[in-house]
Amino acid sequence: MSRRVDAGGSWIDRSKPLTFRFDGEEYEGFEGDTLASALLANGIIAGFTSPLLDRPRGVMTAGPEEPNAFVEISEPWFDAIVAATMVELVDGLVADPRAGVGRLPDAGEMPSVDAAHRHVHVETLVVGGGLAGRRAAAAAAKRGDRVMLVDERHRIDRPPDGVTVLPRTTALGVYDDGYVVAHERSATLERLWHVRATRVVLATGAQERFVAFAGNDRPGVMLASAAATYVERFGVLPGHRVAIFTTNDSGLESADAVRAGGADIVHTIGVGEDPSAAIEGVDLLLVSGGWNPNLTLWRSMGGGLRYSRRLATYRPDNVGPPWLEVVGSADGDGLPGSQAHWLEPADDYSEHFVDLQRDQTVADIAQALDAGLVSVEHVKRATYIGTAIDQGRTSGVLAAAIVNQLLGTGPDAQGPSGARPPTVPISYATIAGPDRGDLLDPIRRTRIHPWHEEQDAVFEDVGQWKRPRYFPRDGEDMDPAVARECLAIRNDAGVLDASTLGKIDVVGPDAAAFLDRMYTNRMSTLPVGSIRYGFMLGLDGMVADDGVAMRLGDDHFLVTTTTGNAAMVLDRFEEWLQTEWPGLRVYCTSVTEQWTDVAVAGPKAREVIAAVGTDIDLAAETFPFMTFRDGEMAGMPVRVARVSFTGELSYEILVDGRRGLELWKAVMSAGAPSGITAYGTEAMHVLRAEKGFVIVGQDTDGTVTPDDLGMGWIVRKDDSDFIGRRSLRRADALRDDRKQLVGLLPNELLPEGAQLVEEDTGPIPMPMFGHVTSSYASRTLDRPIALAMVERGRSRHGETLYAPLPGGTITAEIVPPVFYDPDGTRRDG
Amino acid sequence: MLLIRCPWCGPRDEVEFHYGGQAHVAYPEDAEALSDEEWADFLFMRDNPLGPFRERWYHVHGCRRWFNAVRDTSTHRFVATYRMDEEPPA
Repeated sequence: MSRRVDAGGSWIDRSKPLTFRFDGEEYEGFEGDTLASALLANGIIAGFTSPLLDRPRGVMTAGPEEPNAFVEISEPWFDAIVAATMVELVDGLVADPRAGVGRLPDAGEMPSVDAAHRHVHVETLVVGGGLAGRRAAAAAAKRGDRVMLVDERHRIDRPPDGVTVLPRTTALGVYDDGYVVAHERSATLERLWHVRATRVVLATGAQERFVAFAGNDRPGVMLASAAATYVERFGVLPGHRVAIFTTNDSGLESADAVRAGGADIVHTIGVGEDPSAAIEGVDLLLVSGGWNPNLTLWRSMGGGLRYSRRLATYRPDNVGPPWLEVVGSADGDGLPGSQAHWLEPADDYSEHFVDLQRDQTVADIAQALDAGLVSVEHVKRATYIGTAIDQGRTSGVLAAAIVNQLLGTGPDAQGPSGARPPTVPISYATIAGPDRGDLLDPIRRTRIHPWHEEQDAVFEDVGQWKRPRYFPRDGEDMDPAVARECLAIRNDAGVLDASTLGKIDVVGPDAAAFLDRMYTNRMSTLPVGSIRYGFMLGLDGMVADDGVAMRLGDDHFLVTTTTGNAAMVLDRFEEWLQTEWPGLRVYCTSVTEQWTDVAVAGPKAREVIAAVGTDIDLAAETFPFMTFRDGEMAGMPVRVARVSFTGELSYEILVDGRRGLELWKAVMSAGAPSGITAYGTEAMHVLRAEKGFVIVGQDTDGTVTPDDLGMGWIVRKDDSDFIGRRSLRRADALRDDRKQLVGLLPNELLPEGAQLVEEDTGPIPMPMFGHVTSSYASRTLDRPIALAMVERGRSRHGETLYAPLPGGTITAEIVPPVFYDPDGTRRDG
Repeated sequence: MLLIRCPWCGPRDEVEFHYGGQAHVAYPEDAEALSDEEWADFLFMRDNPLGPFRERWYHVHGCRRWFNAVRDTSTHRFVATYRMDEEPPA
């Protein structure tokens, strides 16, 4: 039965009918309708159910405060749960009722959202497009401000000139210094606005208050102003035989509007008469319990409240931030005075609903108080009142007032519980916006990446870098591929794309003195042309990063960092230079991507480099370990460094980043007769573990000193200072029961992270003496190996530890951490 | 989100900055000469006042310069920002 009437309907266009589906049935509405007004127009009074008690519910409001009429939208966009009062009707809309709880659809079921993010700066942002908001916006525009006006409804009447007006846009949160995030949603777009405003005006209006009486949740009970709105804006008469229960004059005005739509007002009920008695005889019961300024955003920024006896509610107190102001009815202006009437006295309060969306009644509040709770915040958490999607818009002030009344305190003893953003639910997809998939985080690729892809390399993420983990051949899995790569380096030659290592150019008259302070070893004594491996500690003495420094000139170094710590190390350099030692003349520049680094390793490395062709003398006597030479290779200017992370003879070739792929191909082609094999990070990890070389961040965890790693030699003993030096003498750093790096020979492959205990069986919990930091199947040694941090580990070589695991206990013998070539005979080839 | 006035770049969004803790905590002239207690005091102990607080900020996604600020910890309001080589405002 249509409830559309000829009166009113200022928001709808009756010449433009629309078709939509609700709960499987097809209906018609008009352009300009909300889903709620179209449902009421079609006579759907009880289309919803309550979430816990399964009670029938109907549309109770005409705005964002709606506690009953929630729907899922599946066409033409997707929304898991939204109030029908806030859904603009469009042709083809498909909606289904949801009992207060949304549903997470399967990935394939959900249309993709191309949510854009927009960032704008304005002098004045006005939230709320009512009369007060439009006035504030117009005045600001007249002053010459850039002005934005947002309103969550789909229509803003008489928008002011010179103002960017955004209907369908909900301010989700107000943050420090005039930062506001707003969500714009229509059938065709979804946008998140990030607005920075010099001044934010909250013209968020007021919401009519509900009253707790028996059966106040029944379909046909509606806020009086909402019924007037349905008549005036949508030409919909929600009921014909109407009673009005009001504590204030606005209820009577709303009743007049409903009467003008064609209804009979059969009862007018004031305070002192129980409205629940009138429900049976009417098809619409209007309720007006007074008005609450809508102060969610004000309060989320720390704005205060003060109780108004005239309004029987809270108005903003003048303690918010200076850039934030509240105007119009949100400030209490023009609101009708109201009697302070919260609940209808009764013997049984179990159907006096307070929070309809949580199905919580006055009886539930009374139970919480009987349990000894006295704070509104505690009652909220005991009953969940105010925690539903509507965030207590209809229940917040009411619940606080009822607590005050039941406790026998004054009406202003406790205000409503706090509110926080977002004011309405939005999807994670909207928050993420375009920052998804490949745009989630920058992807860094080396210059050699195209070759890796051609070879079907399996990549792993190292920081933002894509590094080849291994290069499978003929459908190999990881284990055989890594074993093959490892053997190639130990027996012939391998080549690694090491370009991701962080590289920092450090130059200036005080560069050497600066690096002395940053590293545990002395860099100032390093001769030009030489390389030194160094540790960088935190002020707390713990290992923070490692790398090598090449001395390019008296005042010029190239420093390398681990791949993941490059930015951290550069930031650390800048911090000390700018904040502690501004007098040092040093300039640091990131040159990670300016150099491509091709690392050739293995007993045939020299043969490979010679075959590529270079004017550099490669003899071990003239080009020894830990030095570098500048020269030409395959027609390119290069810098070749003799460093080794595998224990084998190794040359790292640094070339102009842009020529990296060219050099790589030259190495692959010239090295083919020597059996050169491209290898990835996994083989690199195995080979370095065989040599007992630690990886900072894998074998260390921020609680490890150089001595813990058995690398006390890297800490200089002279009396010059370096970062972290003093901490190495702290009592904690000198404890004799610290965990120390050891090697483990387990009887089968250990999982990294496994805890180590002294007995193979025993009562749980067992004392833990250490943990596995690195673990690999060593093809070179043909057995599993591991590195571990073990209490007093260096004095326990030869002892046995156990790793109790779900699949059984693994036994491991403690050994020195260098498994392969402990004397370093292979590094010169 | 805070709006922070970098002394070189002007007002910028908080996301461009890193926080750097209390300002004017100088690295000791002679760290080795400090007792364990004095060193621990330098290393671990920082003020945590309610009200104006002098602190360091780093415009990491901007000019990459460190500067100092006075921020009211009870309101998040920046009273002043100033360069590393400037004296704190009275």
